[in-house]
Amino acid sequence: MSGVHVSTTVNGDAVEFVCPPGETLLDVLRNRLNLIGAKEGCGTGDCGACSVTVDGRLVCSCLVLGAEVEGAKVGTVEGMAEGGELHTLQSKFIEHAALQCGICTPGFLVAAKALLDRNSDPSEEEIRYALAGNLCRCTGYDKIVRAVDAAAKQLATDATKSGKKSKRR
Amino acid sequence: MLEVNVSGVLRDAVNGAASLQVEAATIRELLRKLLERYPRLNDHMETGIAVAIDGVIYRDTWSEPIPQDAEVFLLPRLEGG
Amino acid sequence: MAETAPDTSFTNQDFKIIGTRPPRPDGVDKVTGRAKYGADAFAAGQLTALILRSPHAHAKILSIDTKRAEKLKGVKAVVTCEDLPDLTGGNRGMLDILENCMARGRALYDGHAVAAVAAIDAETAKKALKLIKVKYEVLPHVTDVDEAMKKKAPIIQPHIRTTGVDPKPKKASNVAARSQFGHGDIEAGFAAADVIVEESYKTEQTHQGYIEPHACLASVGPDGQGELWVTTQGHFVFRNTCAALLGMEVAKLKVTSSEIGGGFGGKTHVWMEPVALALSRKANRPVKLTMSREEVFRASGPTSSTSIDIKIGATRDGRICAASAELRYQGGAFPGIWGMLGAMTTWACYDLENCQSVAFDVLVNRPKSAAYRAPSAPMAAFAVESTIDLVAAKLGMDPVDFRILNAAKEGTRASYGPTYGPIGIGPTLEAVKNHPHMKAPLGPNQGRGMACGFWFNFGGQTCTDINVGVDGTVSLTVGTMDVGGSRASLSLIAAEELGIPYERVKCNVADTASLGHNDMTEGSRGTFSSGMATIFAARDVVKVLRNRAAAMWEIDVDDVAWEDGQAVAKGIAHSNLSPLSLADIARKSPTTGGPIAGHNETVADGAGVSFASHICDVEVDPETGATKVIRYTVVQDAGKAIHPDYVEGQFQGAAAQGIGWALNEEYIYGEDGRLQNPGFLDYRIPVCSDLPFIDTEILEIPNPGHPYGVRGVGETSIVPPLAAIGNAVSNAAGVRLNHVPMSPPRILKAINAAK
Repeated sequence: MSGVHVSTTVNGDAVEFVCPPGETLLDVLRNRLNLIGAKEGCGTGDCGACSVTVDGRLVCSCLVLGAEVEGAKVGTVEGMAEGGELHTLQSKFIEHAALQCGICTPGFLVAAKALLDRNSDPSEEEIRYALAGNLCRCTGYDKIVRAVDAAAKQLATDATKSGKKSKRR
Repeated sequence: MLEVNVSGVLRDAVNGAASLQVEAATIRELLRKLLERYPRLNDHMETGIAVAIDGVIYRDTWSEPIPQDAEVFLLPRLEGG
Repeated sequence: MAETAPDTSFTNQDFKIIGTRPPRPDGVDKVTGRAKYGADAFAAGQLTALILRSPHAHAKILSIDTKRAEKLKGVKAVVTCEDLPDLTGGNRGMLDILENCMARGRALYDGHAVAAVAAIDAETAKKALKLIKVKYEVLPHVTDVDEAMKKKAPIIQPHIRTTGVDPKPKKASNVAARSQFGHGDIEAGFAAADVIVEESYKTEQTHQGYIEPHACLASVGPDGQGELWVTTQGHFVFRNTCAALLGMEVAKLKVTSSEIGGGFGGKTHVWMEPVALALSRKANRPVKLTMSREEVFRASGPTSSTSIDIKIGATRDGRICAASAELRYQGGAFPGIWGMLGAMTTWACYDLENCQSVAFDVLVNRPKSAAYRAPSAPMAAFAVESTIDLVAAKLGMDPVDFRILNAAKEGTRASYGPTYGPIGIGPTLEAVKNHPHMKAPLGPNQGRGMACGFWFNFGGQTCTDINVGVDGTVSLTVGTMDVGGSRASLSLIAAEELGIPYERVKCNVADTASLGHNDMTEGSRGTFSSGMATIFAARDVVKVLRNRAAAMWEIDVDDVAWEDGQAVAKGIAHSNLSPLSLADIARKSPTTGGPIAGHNETVADGAGVSFASHICDVEVDPETGATKVIRYTVVQDAGKAIHPDYVEGQFQGAAAQGIGWALNEEYIYGEDGRLQNPGFLDYRIPVCSDLPFIDTEILEIPNPGHPYGVRGVGETSIVPPLAAIGNAVSNAAGVRLNHVPMSPPRILKAINAAK
């Protein structure tokens, strides 16, 4: 079994790895790149705990092969905070107690960021449908929806304050 | 003399009695005397037994004193999630 | 310890920071992906393990040939039950645990572990599994609780004789136990009734559905020492169980609990950890074993499916004069206490002169049941609370008023025996009656329902350390898992007792080598019991702080008081001495006697019972039978809410699980006795777009058994939703569903039948 050599970008950093052709992106991230933020909750794309972005598109990394991300830009929860500063979504999740056990949290954050990147002012319904691919068994989603809503409003306020449209990606 | 009410599955081990008279000042003494009288209770002691004194359930505090006018229930041990 | 015997009297003090909502201390780790869960540990030279599972619901295992698998390059160990000899010394309960981890000559359910391999990678391990040849003789099976009780049903455990019946049976049966609770004269009660309602109910099996599958990393050396990293609700209990099953010494097995990705009772039992340890021992290498989602469904503890008969009699003035129940709960292939727990909780919400509940714990060819949040109470409550609505309707009474009239109160003799102290069922019902939700307008095809629920809560063995840093920060070390924010609650408690800011406390969960035994985080005991131990450990610290202040001042310790987080010298003679803060005293600790620490070990008995009442609005689509929850309110007694955010979170999460149970979730078994939906696609738990915001109202009726009045809050709110939704569906669609889940096909069938 020969491995596939892959050159890619993860959270802005150039990365190279060799993996068997059948290995999932999730296993590559966790076992080869030590990025354990993405979790395997089901391995079948049903729970969203392994959510990452590939070229800005939200995917379940358990359904993507490592070999597929050649030349792509991969984004994981580890890339959300900038230096010492948490992303607004991250700080709002803490502030609103939007996590209990926390296993689904990385997936929710990646999915919520993907939502806010394309819709900076989502309604409650839009938030709920955007996050419907991510399972949480602890919270009943109540505080998650509130945290995402609060983050959207905060980002809008920040953008207004800095006198320009939100550039946050 | 305490009147000890016996609940549910435990009655089997005390020959079907719903209540028993026992002289005891603590849970430990109560359980020791019951065990002397009803050796079959040992199976339940191993896996778990609880004593309710005036409505408060004790699972492991065997040193707990029992007031002589207390309402005493012998209960099976519970599990939770 | 006698000298520092804790004062457990409820103080009803004015709190400074208890009840505030600071950010949780592990928040940053959990939003950045740094927090390490069961599958997130790696060891040098680790092997990957996989388990071979029975495809049959019930079979005799004639032979297991592992030779070819063992010869495969890269395979380092293969184990079967022969590598896990019976060391239980006649303890049948422990043997059941062992047999559930690895079949011993018979497979008792689809998914039962038969053999396991450890190899250099997952690919090799997968290949090795295929090389293991197991010869089965398939036996007749039974998966339905009522079928299993029939005379002709295949016997699952030939050694079982029903307990709790007289005379003791001579023949084996699938009924492991009969248990009975209640009081009064049930016949006379029904004879006095003006109305009687009798109904039968069924609930299907559901899974806790934690998002994190079981995972562990085991390492055992030839010297008999070992380490286990594992996702668990109780690493001390796992240690004791694993050590006993493997013949290891307790102190030589160090168990470290990872962060836990949900448990809800499902991580109170060992399922595969002894197997990982056995593989590691055989290979002399670290072994990582992780369940797939399919394995989680097939082979780790769901809750019982049930079949329940309810009979309630009431007089015209609205008083219940007799209530009886027969409950049949299956516990999978091993005896459990689930029916008994159901029977104990059945009538717990009500003040009844004559009540009775009889339970049967039944074996079927399904995975061994585990606790699931207030285990067994939701099913009984579904049956009772649905019937209560029917009785109220028959009497022409409002269902809330009817419940208020019959609610248990302080002094009521509980249906399971003891007399209640101060309890919250009445207040939750009054809160429901006055809640704005009750007046919210309803649209077409919409209906409102409500229901009540009860759970015991427990305390148990607890051990806690507090160590004061030289800079005046405080390290709080606990042994109960943080399943949903308890580090924040416990830090609040330590800060409150010591009079320091919350931010100066850091709460850690210790491994089994670093702290005395702690029971599981189960029975809603985490914040209750570790909170109690934290209070006493902090008071222990205050004692030391007073001594050190006395040393610094060179005065008698009796002249030092601890007030508002600082040492104060009492008396005019010492009026020149300015108070010393904890940080002041800590700074000088090296020369006043060394490290400052406090400790407490306790059995935290005295947990108060807990009640909740829920209101729910649903809309039922008459075309499809699909039900949507459009408004939901939880009212629950918390005793005292330490960190209200995480109390609300427990209420909301429990309600959401109950909603899933009520509307969607069920184990579906085929004729072949195999589970047909072992995945999140076909076993559908509620998603974000299925639910509305879940409103909460926290009531605080102090528990006299806790210094702050705390009651456990984690479980009770999963109890009312099944019936609350059933009652709402009935009011929305004009059909009553006696079978949970109320899935669209069942509702549609009921609607069509009513036409």
